[in-house]
Amino acid sequence: MIKIKNLSKSFSNGSTKIEAISNINLQINKDEIFGIIGLSGAGKSTLIRCLNRLEEPTEGNIFIEEKDITTFDKKSLNQLRKSIGMIFQHFNLLSQKTVYKNIAFPLELEGLSKDKINSRVNTLLEYVELKDKKYAYPSQLSGGQKQRVAIARALANNPKILLSDEGTSALDPKTTRSILKLLNKIRKEFGLTIVLITHQMEVIKDICDKVAIIEDGKIIEINTVEELFKNPKTQTAMDFISGLKSNIKNEIINPFDFKGTIVRLGYSEDNAKEPIVSNMIKNFNIQVNILSGNINKLMSTSIGHLILEIQGEDGEVNDAIKYLNNKSINVEVI
Amino acid sequence: MAELIVPALLETLYMVFFSTIFSLLLGLPLGVLLVVTEKNNIWEKLQLNRILNGIINILRSFPFIILMILLFPLSKIIVGKTIGTTATIVPLSIAAAPFVARIIEGSLKEVDKGIIESSLAMGASVTEIIFKVLIPESMPSLILGITTTIINLVGYSAMAGAIGGGGLGDVAIRYGLYRFQTDVMIISVAIIIVLVQGIQFLGNRLSLNINKK
Ligand SMILES: Nc1ncnc2c1ncn2[C@@H]1O[C@H](COP(=O)(O)OP(=O)(O)O)[C@@H](O)[C@H]1O
Ligand SMILES: [Mg+2]
Repeated sequence: MIKIKNLSKSFSNGSTKIEAISNINLQINKDEIFGIIGLSGAGKSTLIRCLNRLEEPTEGNIFIEEKDITTFDKKSLNQLRKSIGMIFQHFNLLSQKTVYKNIAFPLELEGLSKDKINSRVNTLLEYVELKDKKYAYPSQLSGGQKQRVAIARALANNPKILLSDEGTSALDPKTTRSILKLLNKIRKEFGLTIVLITHQMEVIKDICDKVAIIEDGKIIEINTVEELFKNPKTQTAMDFISGLKSNIKNEIINPFDFKGTIVRLGYSEDNAKEPIVSNMIKNFNIQVNILSGNINKLMSTSIGHLILEIQGEDGEVNDAIKYLNNKSINVEVI
Repeated sequence: MAELIVPALLETLYMVFFSTIFSLLLGLPLGVLLVVTEKNNIWEKLQLNRILNGIINILRSFPFIILMILLFPLSKIIVGKTIGTTATIVPLSIAAAPFVARIIEGSLKEVDKGIIESSLAMGASVTEIIFKVLIPESMPSLILGITTTIINLVGYSAMAGAIGGGGLGDVAIRYGLYRFQTDVMIISVAIIIVLVQGIQFLGNRLSLNINKK
């Protein structure tokens, strides 16, 4: 479906030249959800924006259905763009137009009749479950609703490819999941090829079939998502995965599964070296069970957390928690 | 008094109305061009952009009154005379056009780059983006800009009237200043103040009412 060959793009800022992406080779198959993950500044946006030439590549070729789009003139390019939907991190809806008018916009560009536009927009509104927001303005919608309008708009012309530039990065985890679910449904029902870029492993894990990891403008690993989790080839891949695992553990601790009190201790480098937990166990008549913990090394310091189950008489447990508070640890009873 | 003030008021309104329309007709395309031809914009033409900027800067650095005096001969060619209310509209419109272009430029530049980007991604052409995205998206701000333009033209028309004849400014100077009819001057100025306040009020209201952001 999409074949990227030796693709490079550099920006020149006066005298300095920034190589945003260099010598990228990728193949994306039909009906695939292909994820590209990387840290901020890795070149993800530059890469995805080359696919509809919002960014002009400096070198290399991009074949979409066997046609080299880097050779397209203005007219064929606009035609191509109408067959590729795109969604963005900040939704980019027309702020002065209603939901209806926003979705109608690409259809108007296509020169469709009013009747045809009307029926198509209504179908799309139903599909993204926003019928009741037809005459609302973007400012009256939540982030998730805005992104669903943007998705409906991107689908209006029945595209073959959907590009998502951090489409869920501005959304909370729950909304992110609902948007990902919608994208997956679209892929299945419309046979759409989706290319999405993200910095969240969560997103890759949830809906992607294949993933490429991009670092400093280069693809350092291409893998199926399953293989990536079983057998990551690069350190960066491992880092992305380990970031994810500690998050999952955090989520699945349900205080009702435990007899004792669950507390979450947040500590910083200052008090990370003191044997605070050990002292707490000695000083109070309690039992402590470690459920999970991690330390994240940041640029200048390391911060971390520890989740404990504290068992004992209420008075003792409360005193123990007070003791922790006095040690200027951030204590949260879950 | 009324027979002096009322026709003068009508003349002022007449001058301001038509010079607003003509200065917009000249300034709007200029403002749009200033934006779309700049670097990294949808119709990058750096050479053209530099030329337009140069012309506008030169025109704007002339003291308004001098520019108008220089432009009065143009009235001769366009409307056939250099004196009178209609003749005044020509220099007024042309002198205000570069100012309007800058105001329009400012408003259009407020439009979120992301919105233009998503329109490009949908395959919109340059003209489609100008007329279906840039202008509608900046409409509330454009209306405030046009309000400022009208108010400036009220002031300019008072000056222009003093040179070319016509309007409240003309009356205020001829009767108030030269014939010491202070009451005429005070009333003329008061009407101008009311006019300015009213226009600003309406402009603010309209801009606020249509803004969906
Ligand atoms: N228009 C531009 N001009 C100059 N440098 C740019 C431009 N766009 C991106 N870059 C640079 O290219 C690199 C990759 O950027 P980008 O593709 O936006 O990364 P990501 O989306 O992964 O965060 C960065 O170093 C960024 O500063
Ligand atoms: Mg980006």
